Amino acid sequence: MRNNIYIYILVMAAVTYLIRALPLTLIRKEIKNKTMRSFLYYVPYVTLAVMTFPAILTATKNIGSGIAGFVAAVLIALRRGSLFLVSAVACVTVFLWELLFSYIGMY
Amino acid sequence: MKDKWIWFGRGFKDGFPVFLGYFAVSFTLGIAAKKVGLSAFQATLMSVVNYTSAGQFAAIGLIGMGAAYLEVAVTQLVVNIRYFLMSCALSQKLDDKLPFYHRLLLAGTITDEIFGLSSAAEGKLHPYYSYGAMSFAALGWGGGTLVGVATGHALPTGILSAFGVALYGMFLAIIIPKAKGSRFFAGLIAISMLCSLLFTVLPILREVSSGFRIIILTVIIAGAAAILFPVPDLEPDPELDSRRKEDCGAE
Repeated sequence: MRNNIYIYILVMAAVTYLIRALPLTLIRKEIKNKTMRSFLYYVPYVTLAVMTFPAILTATKNIGSGIAGFVAAVLIALRRGSLFLVSAVACVTVFLWELLFSYIGMY
Repeated sequence: MKDKWIWFGRGFKDGFPVFLGYFAVSFTLGIAAKKVGLSAFQATLMSVVNYTSAGQFAAIGLIGMGAAYLEVAVTQLVVNIRYFLMSCALSQKLDDKLPFYHRLLLAGTITDEIFGLSSAAEGKLHPYYSYGAMSFAALGWGGGTLVGVATGHALPTGILSAFGVALYGMFLAIIIPKAKGSRFFAGLIAISMLCSLLFTVLPILREVSSGFRIIILTVIIAGAAAILFPVPDLEPDPELDSRRKEDCGAE
């Protein structure tokens, strides 16, 4: 017997929403503990760094274009490019890199 | 009250890279959903009430096998537990007096990407900033799923491949300026990336799923940093402030 798709979706949504909502609704005061505050302050930077690298290297068709996109994004970000610019440069670099190499590959 | 729509607009604008990246990811999600027999409506519904790529990929696999509901629930808990940590961190970005319904709504915006944007906002978070970013992102996530189910393989992979790095580019745009302004953050970010790399290549460690890798490394590294280098005074970050003002001035 096949289970109901909509119940699956409901279960997923309920569990995922609770995970997201519990801390935000329960912690309504500023945390006073200095270590805890520092920990939560560092969380975004560590999390984003861990999520980005090395995943960006394997997000594209080949590791070469991944590295090219990563380097391009870091360079523009160091020059304080906007979110949009950094993102766009990474995308365009990957696109052109893959285009170039698929072209060379034809020979 | 005009203020909130200004914030909404800023969020919407910053949400554009997320829109692109989400479109690419959810497009492949749509293809996967189609393979296990979900209709376009079902797949899109799943996307717009969940916004979790790893969670949805896992669930689609389980649904294809006809798994028990409990199994799907436990998998979501395990794969998505990092949102719990993000939600804790975000709680400290909110004004104590923020009405409760905003907390319920903001909970729905905690994806890796929108959390990244919300954390980087100057000072206390204005909820409409996150709503703006989330609405643009949601269009990409839902739209990508729908197009993925409807077209199968019709989009050129070169475009998808390029869009795929949009999200990582955005993450780098958030963390790299912070690293440039402070040697401490440069070290923190470099160590985080290095450990993440080690977890991906070393035997045994590489068996750890990406969801767990993220949460284990975040707890250990941010925890160690907090103990060794507690933040003296958590004032709004002048680096990001000035940058954000430049961004707005450029409009």
